Amino acid sequence: MAETKQVIVKVKRQAGPKEAARWEEFSLKWRPSMNVIICLRDIAENPVTRDGKKTTPVTYDSNCLEEICGSCAMLINGKARMACSALVDQLEQPIRIEPMSKFPLVRDLAVDRQFMFESLKRVKAWIPIDGTYNLGEGPRVSPEVQEKGYPLSNCITCGNCLEVCPQVNEHNQFVGAAIISQVRLFNMHPTGAMNKSERIAAIIGPGGIQECANAQNCVHACPKGIPLTESIAEVNRDAWKQALLSWLVG
Amino acid sequence: MRQPKIIVVGGGLAGLMATIRVAEAGIPVDLFSIVPVKRSHSVCAQGGINAAKNQKGEGDTVDKHFDDTIYGGDFLANQPLVKRMCEAAPGIIDLLDRMGVMFNRTPEGLLDYRRFGGTLYHRTAFAGATTGQQLLYALDEQVRRHEAEGKVKKFEGATFLSAVIDGGGVCRGICAMDLRTMEVKTFTADAVIFATGGNGAIFGRSTNSVVCTGSAQAALFQQGVDYANGEFIQVHPTAIPGEDKLRLMSESARGEGGRVWVPRNPAEKRPPKSIPEAERFYFLEEWYPKYGNLVPRDIATRAIHRIVYQEKLGIDGQPAVYLDVTHIPRETLDRKLEGILEIYEKFLGVDPRVEPMKVFPAMHYTMGGIWVNGEDQASNVPGIYAAGECEYQYHGANRLGANSLVSCIFGGGIAGRAAVKYAKNLENSAESTPAAVFDGERKRQEEKNHKLINQDGSENPITIWRELGQVMTEHVTVTRINKDLEMTDGKIRALQERYKKINLSDRTKWSNQTLNFARELENMLVLARVITLGALARNESRGAHYKPDYPDRDDANWLKTTRAKWVNNDIQLTYEPVDISLIKPRPRRYDAAK
Repeated sequence: MAETKQVIVKVKRQAGPKEAARWEEFSLKWRPSMNVIICLRDIAENPVTRDGKKTTPVTYDSNCLEEICGSCAMLINGKARMACSALVDQLEQPIRIEPMSKFPLVRDLAVDRQFMFESLKRVKAWIPIDGTYNLGEGPRVSPEVQEKGYPLSNCITCGNCLEVCPQVNEHNQFVGAAIISQVRLFNMHPTGAMNKSERIAAIIGPGGIQECANAQNCVHACPKGIPLTESIAEVNRDAWKQALLSWLVG
Repeated sequence: MRQPKIIVVGGGLAGLMATIRVAEAGIPVDLFSIVPVKRSHSVCAQGGINAAKNQKGEGDTVDKHFDDTIYGGDFLANQPLVKRMCEAAPGIIDLLDRMGVMFNRTPEGLLDYRRFGGTLYHRTAFAGATTGQQLLYALDEQVRRHEAEGKVKKFEGATFLSAVIDGGGVCRGICAMDLRTMEVKTFTADAVIFATGGNGAIFGRSTNSVVCTGSAQAALFQQGVDYANGEFIQVHPTAIPGEDKLRLMSESARGEGGRVWVPRNPAEKRPPKSIPEAERFYFLEEWYPKYGNLVPRDIATRAIHRIVYQEKLGIDGQPAVYLDVTHIPRETLDRKLEGILEIYEKFLGVDPRVEPMKVFPAMHYTMGGIWVNGEDQASNVPGIYAAGECEYQYHGANRLGANSLVSCIFGGGIAGRAAVKYAKNLENSAESTPAAVFDGERKRQEEKNHKLINQDGSENPITIWRELGQVMTEHVTVTRINKDLEMTDGKIRALQERYKKINLSDRTKWSNQTLNFARELENMLVLARVITLGALARNESRGAHYKPDYPDRDDANWLKTTRAKWVNNDIQLTYEPVDISLIKPRPRRYDAAK
């Protein structure tokens, strides 16, 4: 009988935020089109380590499994990426799986990214409509603006851009590239532009756009290919303009 | 005056729309969701949203949208509310447009529209091929604004366990579990709106997200909330097979001109691009000349099954057919379909702009769901409302593409308003409910958890789930045969017995996902039986429900809604007439114009 191909996976385990971390190694049966999610499910079906010790299923976040919900971001072989699109055949083994390091740990691979949703509140990332009753059509938008805005609105709030940013650390509260890019998106929309200065004001100050040190890691880590550095440059220009204007006017 | 309070369970399109409506009425909302609402399954909707705006000058009207929807659903939907939805659809598009959705535009700056299945009109507004994501984000942003203003309180990372129902049979709130602390708590509300989505997980692998288990619906069902048309499950014709998930390839690929074909020669060995036109079998175009590749999903799915299993023409003898967009200019593909083409490229490593995609049908949508009245999304239990995919109202025996997003937003909006009205007029508010009612429910749920965590058993929940998915997919999807359905019900009952010996392999009380999954699994098994028994009883073929032994629609005996009830701890099927007051049923065929 032919030997079945094995996949060796190492998972960083941590029972809770205050518990000690440890590594566990698993040997799984290879199957075609296997991704990291299937590895974690196989472990849950038979939670036994490579050296035969019983353990618990791994806690992790996942939902859509097609890279559009933003849930399953983690570090895979040291790289911040989505677990669902991490195909085993394209990964060096043993596959090392760790939680993201820039967000509070919940358990094992699950982290708390509430900070990003709070930041969206801070910058008022919405169009302030009058109400949901019938008020007729929205403003006309040129295809040119739509083609610029649509890619920005593809942001899945996965947090990979924060994970790879050296400026996101224990010393500051930098909101990160994803949030800055949302400021650009809403300021670009004809109705959203009416509150442009409010959003710009919100993105200046502690943790705001001036924390960016131009490392440009974000744009390479984004699974949706969002032009994050362009967004930062544009919002930065607007921020300077607004600051200068308020200084001139006094 | 007393301030009423409303709970919404589920943060997809329907739940968020309901939340906005309640918040706008100035009533506080508690919004519960397993995942952060921005990660809800609505993000997976791809192709677009229907509204008869007639923006291409084709003479499209609300009545035509209404007729297409009823006809597409094989006359099983109650008609008046469907008509209201079609009337409301253009206004819903306007609203989303005002919220800033980055819809594709015409050169004049107007919304662009594409064609979709089951219609001959360009009726589908779209934002690339990620329309669901874009709509969900728009509503998520509005809810975040209400949250920032203190009108909405989110409970993300909490799962619904059961409703709190008082001695008079009135819903007074919910019992939920925090998925980190695993703490079980009750929450008081005068009305609760459920928007908990579909139940793809019952079929193991589907196009649905992980959270789409149907667990909430099943829990409510076992508390006396009726469940309608469970047997109607939509299998989408074009998905990419995968081990963990069957990833959707949107109907919009065909709406933009994509063609489905197989080589005429079953022994064909050449790569698809080098097979000449004359040697390709465009079977949908040949069999359905009027609608071609845009026949409704049930028709396309059965055609693909016929090609693969009867004609033995699957690519390389495998269960797969080509979905070909390689003849469409690259610029058009990138502007209108990039989102889905990227999925194919990422997960298969093949560029579908260059090489035809290989696809096969996959479980996709739950037409059946919580029974609601034909008026305002109210269930049979006072205080419980349902909207979106978790209820049964709008799609009859088969949903038309791009009608789900509109039904979610329409139904959510109605449910929000109706819940407000109900809560305001309630004689005895939920606050006056004796504490014992809440304590009793909480204890019942805590005991379940305690038992599951502590029991020693030999069965693994993932194994039971995978077996359930296999038997459901094989026998309760595209083709249904009574003896197989009987066998399937026996198998599910056997799984329920094995479930009693389940072992969680995790006894910790912090972020224990296995405990939550085990609880969902118990509910999935119940709902699986509702689906299977409904299919077994319905001896006809209608829409997505197809029995080769009963190949025709049988209006004399089966033009009726299945309404499952939970009686003496078991499933009882009852039936009620369908409201066909507006369009008289006629034969449904897609090989010629209607």
